[in-house]
Amino acid sequence: MVEFAGWSMPVQYTSIIEEHHATRNACGIADISHMGRIRFEGPGAEEFLAGLLTRRMRELRLGQIRYSLLTNEQGGILDDVLVGYYHNEYGQPFYVVVVNASNREKIVRWIDAHLPREVAEAPGREVIWTDVTRLWAMFAIQGPRSLELLQSLVDADLEWMRYYNGAQVRILHPAARRQGGIISRTGYTGEDGFELSVGASIALDVWNAIVELGKPLGLVPTGIGARDTLRLEAGMPLYGHELDEHIDPFQAGLGYACYLEGVDFPGRDALRRLRAEPPRAVRVGLELASRRVARQGAAVFAGGQRIGQVTSGSFSPTLQKSIAMAYLAPDSAKPGTEVAVDVRGRLEPAMVTPLPFYRRSAKGTLP
Amino acid sequence: MNPEELLFAKTHEWVQLSSTPQGETIATVGISAFALEALTDLVFIDLPPVGRRVTAGAPFGEIESVKAVSDLYSPVDGEVIEVNSAVAERLDRMAEDPYGANWLVKIKVTGQVDRSPLLSYADYQKLCAEDAH
Repeated sequence: MVEFAGWSMPVQYTSIIEEHHATRNACGIADISHMGRIRFEGPGAEEFLAGLLTRRMRELRLGQIRYSLLTNEQGGILDDVLVGYYHNEYGQPFYVVVVNASNREKIVRWIDAHLPREVAEAPGREVIWTDVTRLWAMFAIQGPRSLELLQSLVDADLEWMRYYNGAQVRILHPAARRQGGIISRTGYTGEDGFELSVGASIALDVWNAIVELGKPLGLVPTGIGARDTLRLEAGMPLYGHELDEHIDPFQAGLGYACYLEGVDFPGRDALRRLRAEPPRAVRVGLELASRRVARQGAAVFAGGQRIGQVTSGSFSPTLQKSIAMAYLAPDSAKPGTEVAVDVRGRLEPAMVTPLPFYRRSAKGTLP
Repeated sequence: MNPEELLFAKTHEWVQLSSTPQGETIATVGISAFALEALTDLVFIDLPPVGRRVTAGAPFGEIESVKAVSDLYSPVDGEVIEVNSAVAERLDRMAEDPYGANWLVKIKVTGQVDRSPLLSYADYQKLCAEDAH
């Protein structure tokens, strides 16, 4: 067990590599209750969120989920989040913003600072927000067999649930004691899969029920070790590694998550300027010739010049290679470029490769 | 080898000392079962070449898992005379026989072995029990 953002979490249940392969080949379940979740409702919720997030909120369909960023006035990334738009049992809309555990307190303060009483209580445009992180548990069930596993557990047709969509559902297993939850076709592994939020009071029983139901399908519990190797192979950035307040969305390859022609939000003007400039560095993949792992902070060289640094590195169980993500000077960032990484004092040859390292086969194509 | 007859470093290496007919002391060095279980998911091991001089308490190689990399510390002063390079090919099965087939290096000891920092098996087990909490 390790401490992570104030939560005690398992690095692995048995073995990172076994849990990784189970997720790629069958399915894995991870307890991701550490992820911060903030719920917004009221007639002013959409307008308020649009004024804070880099992405448009206006044309979200019911059940749609959108990846977005929060930026500071300089255009640096405060957090990367998922925003889901749902209706409750009475047909009233609400939003759930899922934030990184390590950023939850910072984002709560950011929201607080941008939502003074006169805005929150503006007649006809009220905004009500609730940090529900400790009220809801959240499980990621990921892998090609996760649909088969979860279909009988909820009263929604998961087969036709599109990627980056979700729904408020009733959980049909007796362990849930007829409570509801939110399920979405989202994840952080590069596989087909779902994320399920349930009330904290039934969380353990629902977890045990899913683990039991999943055993015949090859489901295994997975820790944060496998979560990291899976997301790294899938080329997905992690806050504190590929993303921080000194990195802008264009460097990170997340320009698509910034809509700069609509409503104003913190950092929009800075992002307009940054978009017009050549980036100082770009996020790339590296494949090392050696099996030694280049970890965060390792310097990258080309032609004797330091050209950047590694932000995440691990051994890829799928590719059986040492892989990394790094920020490199743009003229050395083309796939195929040969570089060297300083792994604890020894230079290891590596090649710039396109991201992601791993893409699931077409067989698992989502609707 | 019977682990109860080995000496252990606090850094989780084991050492077996034997004498040659010429009166030299040979130290066979490996990693404890406890350490292998804690590391899990080994992906790489870096061992020194034959002839390398090693110093007691200083690193002679490294072992890397998905999680982290750890230095391997020599329990004795001396010179590497044999390297078990086959271990690199079966890292995923290293924990099956940590005190036998999966020894790492043999070192010809220089001078006297300082046994004071080394632990008996029983004392090492006590250390591991504390580490596990």
